[in-house]
Amino acid sequence: MALLQISEPGQSPEPHQRKLAVGIDLGTTNSLVASMREAKAQTLPDLAGGHLLPSVVRYLNAEGDSSVEVGQVARDAIFEDPQNTISSVKRLMGRGVSDVKTLGDCLPYEFIQSETEMPYIRTVCGDKSPVEVSSEILKVLAARAQETLGGDLSGAVITVPAYFDEAQRQATKDAAKLAGLHVYRLLNEPTAAAVAYGLDKGAEGIHAIYDLGGGTFDISILRLNKGVFEVLSTGGDSALGGDDFDHAIASWVLEQAGQECVGSNVARQLMEIARGIKEQLTTNDSVDVDISTGCFSWDGVITKDIFHELVDPLIAKTVRACKRALRDAGLSASEIDDVVMVGGSTRVPRVREKIAVFFGATPLCDIDPDKVVAVGASIQADVLAGNKPDDEMVLLDVIPLSLGIETMGGLMEKIIHRNTTIPVTRAQEFTTFKDGQTALAVQVLQGERELVSDCRSLARFELRGIPPMVAGAARIRVTYQVDADGLLSVSAKELTSDVESSVQVKPSYGLSDNEVTRMLKDSFEFAEGDKDARALAEERVEADRQLEALRCALAENGNVLLSDDECKSLHELMAALAIAKQGDDAVVIRKAIDELNSTSEVFAARRMDQSIHKALSGQSIDSLGDEE
Amino acid sequence: MAITMTDSAAEHVKAHLQQRGKGLGIRVGIKTTGCSGMSYVLEFVDGTNDEDQVFESQGVKIISDPKSLAYIDGTQMDYVKSGLNEGFEFTNPNTKGECGCGESFTV
Repeated sequence: MALLQISEPGQSPEPHQRKLAVGIDLGTTNSLVASMREAKAQTLPDLAGGHLLPSVVRYLNAEGDSSVEVGQVARDAIFEDPQNTISSVKRLMGRGVSDVKTLGDCLPYEFIQSETEMPYIRTVCGDKSPVEVSSEILKVLAARAQETLGGDLSGAVITVPAYFDEAQRQATKDAAKLAGLHVYRLLNEPTAAAVAYGLDKGAEGIHAIYDLGGGTFDISILRLNKGVFEVLSTGGDSALGGDDFDHAIASWVLEQAGQECVGSNVARQLMEIARGIKEQLTTNDSVDVDISTGCFSWDGVITKDIFHELVDPLIAKTVRACKRALRDAGLSASEIDDVVMVGGSTRVPRVREKIAVFFGATPLCDIDPDKVVAVGASIQADVLAGNKPDDEMVLLDVIPLSLGIETMGGLMEKIIHRNTTIPVTRAQEFTTFKDGQTALAVQVLQGERELVSDCRSLARFELRGIPPMVAGAARIRVTYQVDADGLLSVSAKELTSDVESSVQVKPSYGLSDNEVTRMLKDSFEFAEGDKDARALAEERVEADRQLEALRCALAENGNVLLSDDECKSLHELMAALAIAKQGDDAVVIRKAIDELNSTSEVFAARRMDQSIHKALSGQSIDSLGDEE
Repeated sequence: MAITMTDSAAEHVKAHLQQRGKGLGIRVGIKTTGCSGMSYVLEFVDGTNDEDQVFESQGVKIISDPKSLAYIDGTQMDYVKSGLNEGFEFTNPNTKGECGCGESFTV
């Protein structure tokens, strides 16, 4: 017998048509799954009643019997079996081996370089990619949801940080696929938090999402405009979180006890005690501490004031990141309509207090900050599954960085601009540069700068089999399509011959956390220089085109149509242009092009006359007249 | 004629009503769809219709319409937990068959 849930009036689901959809917050430290139940979005607990699943995976191999542990059991084994116990795998998603190395030498795993640039972690169960590790976490959450909801899941919405690039998003999607989950859509975490508070129901507004987790801090500024959330800016610190609060308390206690440093076991014990103190100080003004460990003992009192002194510098760091994010978005704190608190560490009253002062608004924190992202994702999943009677919101996201193509001269031609809502398809026509050109290389780029060298290359493919034509006659349509998850496919088609080629963008490695923001900032800082660089590159391309065309024409009938003097002066000007082209001055190149142009006009006119003459020769005036 | 509920079912209904912040009680009824004939309806009630019948069981108002009652009279509602899944279970003396998943039934 299926167990029934109470519905809102008039919204009882049809039997067998109710789709089970979930929202998943795949976090760095903890992960959650949520679904709509009893007309309310809520996170689903495990049998022990815990909602948070620690994002830790441990690979076991007991005498050839390999198995996987996920969650708290795995977390408990971190120190005992560090090489096979993988935590914070989210930081490795979509990264190449070289990126992983810069993430810090502290990772205890043994990385193996693969052919695909994807790093593999050597464990007792074989080499595992970050995608596989993530999928283990997703499998556990999916199984929990299936058991709780009593049926197969029709699909899921999985959240990712707003700064995740194509590679990191694709890796997340791959992990879901591996876990047997159908992904309706990937949703930006700050957007999910805003949805949970129903901010998407408003007409418009600017919202700040302050996300302080256990080990990471993210700030996102979103603008809601006609039902679309635009990410105006992101910022944060990938190594700042509640753990640092605990650490500050633990260090203080050690100092009071006159201890310099302790072994890792005692340190871990101390961190646990510090966490307890922090939690108690949420409601109490002071906490009595009585510690006795193997190597020292101390008792005393820690007051709220002392705690504030310890954590204020850390909170100030987040405020500085907020300031930067506001500046990037071109906004002041007073223009923010709502501040949403996400992440367990925003439970600390001091954090709320400081943030309220900074933004001049009371932060939204009614929904459990640990669960708010998963809750928002499940609301979105419910809509995408088609469970809502009236098709109310279909939330749209935007692409974080412009997507474009390399054109002659190393220039980035943008095809889809940043902040375009997705899904989107845009096409642009290009042509060949040289006579008889039969192939075209398409370089897919991401970034805001004008020169290819300053942008990020996502993919490269070739369109071959273009029929030989004169330069500029081929019509090559390049289509960029970004699906609802922010994933890109690019195709190129020569329209006169229908030859086609395409690529699914699965870049070899991703951008580091702050690189997206850096790329954006650079585009503003270097705007002037980029403009000049673009002008220079364009003139160089034009010069090449002119020289190439003239060279062909001269070879064809220069001797016949031009006197020796004329021929000589043209060659001189061509040489001058070739030299000017080497220089860095767009104006000089332009001048040389113009001079060559005006001198070659006579030649062009004679060529024209000659071809008309050719076309007309052998025909009588009468026959021409007949045709008219 | 009556529809009843167990203590645990009543407790859960009360808790849900309180959480929701409004509502007179719950509506129990049937819909004539589904692979095995009919399916149950379980909804919050904000307003009743003239022909509705109201029962009270364990302090909770249960509302139903005469057409549904013909099929579900004597039903007892229970709230059960099986593993992670939990929800309301209907024990209906009128049913002759259920579809495999129990979402719909015949009388």
